[in-house]
Amino acid sequence: MQADIFAKKKRNTLAFLLLLGAVTILAMIITEYNALKGFASIPKAIQWGMANFYPTAESLEKLPVILEKLQETLLVSIAATTAAAAFALLFSIFGSNTTRINPFFGAITRGIATVFRNIDVAAWALILLFSFGQSSLTGYFALFFGSFGFLTRAFTETIDEVSGGSVEALKATGAGYFSIIFQSVIPSSIPQLISWVLFMIETNIRSATLIGLLTGSGIGFTFNLYYKSLAYDTASLVVVVIIAAILLIEYASNYVRKVIL
Amino acid sequence: MTALLEVNHLTKQFGKDSKALTDVSFSVQEGEFVSIIGPSGAGKSTLLRCINRMIDATGGEIRFQDLQVMDLKKKELKQVRTKIGMIFQHYNLVNRLSVIENTLHGKLGTKSTLAGVLGYYSKEEKQQAAQILNVLGLNEMIYKRADQLSGGQKQRVGIARALIQNPRMLLCDEPIASLDPNSAKVIMDHLKKVSTTMGITVVVNLHQVDVAIKYSDRIIGINKGQVVYNGSAKGLTSEDIQRIYGSEAEDLIFDIGGIHAG
Repeated sequence: MQADIFAKKKRNTLAFLLLLGAVTILAMIITEYNALKGFASIPKAIQWGMANFYPTAESLEKLPVILEKLQETLLVSIAATTAAAAFALLFSIFGSNTTRINPFFGAITRGIATVFRNIDVAAWALILLFSFGQSSLTGYFALFFGSFGFLTRAFTETIDEVSGGSVEALKATGAGYFSIIFQSVIPSSIPQLISWVLFMIETNIRSATLIGLLTGSGIGFTFNLYYKSLAYDTASLVVVVIIAAILLIEYASNYVRKVIL
Repeated sequence: MTALLEVNHLTKQFGKDSKALTDVSFSVQEGEFVSIIGPSGAGKSTLLRCINRMIDATGGEIRFQDLQVMDLKKKELKQVRTKIGMIFQHYNLVNRLSVIENTLHGKLGTKSTLAGVLGYYSKEEKQQAAQILNVLGLNEMIYKRADQLSGGQKQRVGIARALIQNPRMLLCDEPIASLDPNSAKVIMDHLKKVSTTMGITVVVNLHQVDVAIKYSDRIIGINKGQVVYNGSAKGLTSEDIQRIYGSEAEDLIFDIGGIHAG
């Protein structure tokens, strides 16, 4: 009997690997992708990058403009995240199993959040382009909707995980719904909630750069502008500035996390 | 003596065919110390939670201070709950808040929504909290965070939170199941003291038969959701234990003769 189980497991693994291989080869045939040529071009790409893609003294003159755009992108990302967090907190309290008012309402709020979460930020940007056109407002709303869905899910799980016991205890003392939320649920989950918001800000700053390409705003657009006008030195300066900003934000949020957790 | 709590023909069904409680009836007198014992999964926790309607029973009747608990509206139910303190196996404190804040949580049931949300407590309430914590030997821990305490200390905070309610009755769900023997004794001694000196009725779910015999006035034995023993602690015989614990009785780690002799 036992030998059978192992033989079966081996067969399953083998079948899975074969399937994976078949799908890969099929995809390569359809897209006419030549793996050898692909890998061979990597050294050439690096060579080109070293030759052209570095900031020069001239490009530094553009730094003030770039920093201004970077600031806009950072602020839009932070604003979108904090606004989304406020709504997410409300929805997660109504959607969490421990704090929902009733199962029906809980399922509806969770459903709404799932829809928002499963549409990617880039997809939101494309959808919203129709309504708001190419402006930073489009980027703001795309980040807002995406973060709202994700944060609602994260907050719901945090609340369920952290506050079950104390919610029961306060209910047993006869405390009202809002007293329980403000005296038990929020105090026990606030550090994790803040940690999720910080994580979301980091993620959003990264996505904001890409969204900027789509919506024609912020640092992403600046990069695109210089890149397309063959000003590779300035474009590379933009990349350096973005990387520096992301590292800085990550350092700051790690510090905040260490203090509050 | 009058019955403070009366449970009549209580049944609780989870889902379609899993019955947690079947026709459970008993009464508890004012000031009595009652232990509920039985094997794991017998329905002890469910029974306790049906009394203050943390779980809604399927059928039967619960009378507390001559009120029909099962017919109460939301607001009246909250009022009844303020008169019943509850103590949990895992203490159920808000770990990030201080000992005194956790204690004052027992007062939230009597507060307006606004005062509850803002966490506004009067000077008298704070003094009462400090005094209760003093009695429970936690006067040096008042401003410590709950997660810095030991298990036994956490459970004492749990008792403080229940006592500040000025309750008529305490429901204790396995209060010592997660504690070492020394802390367990301290907790049981406190509960006994609460019962004798303050006249508060105590109903305790217990795993340990020897502890139940030592501390209670009366023992209620439950097996598979039914009451199989209801009588004095002294009158509990090994046949009764056999009936309560069924085939598991032989695996219990003490012998009944020894307990009564001690």
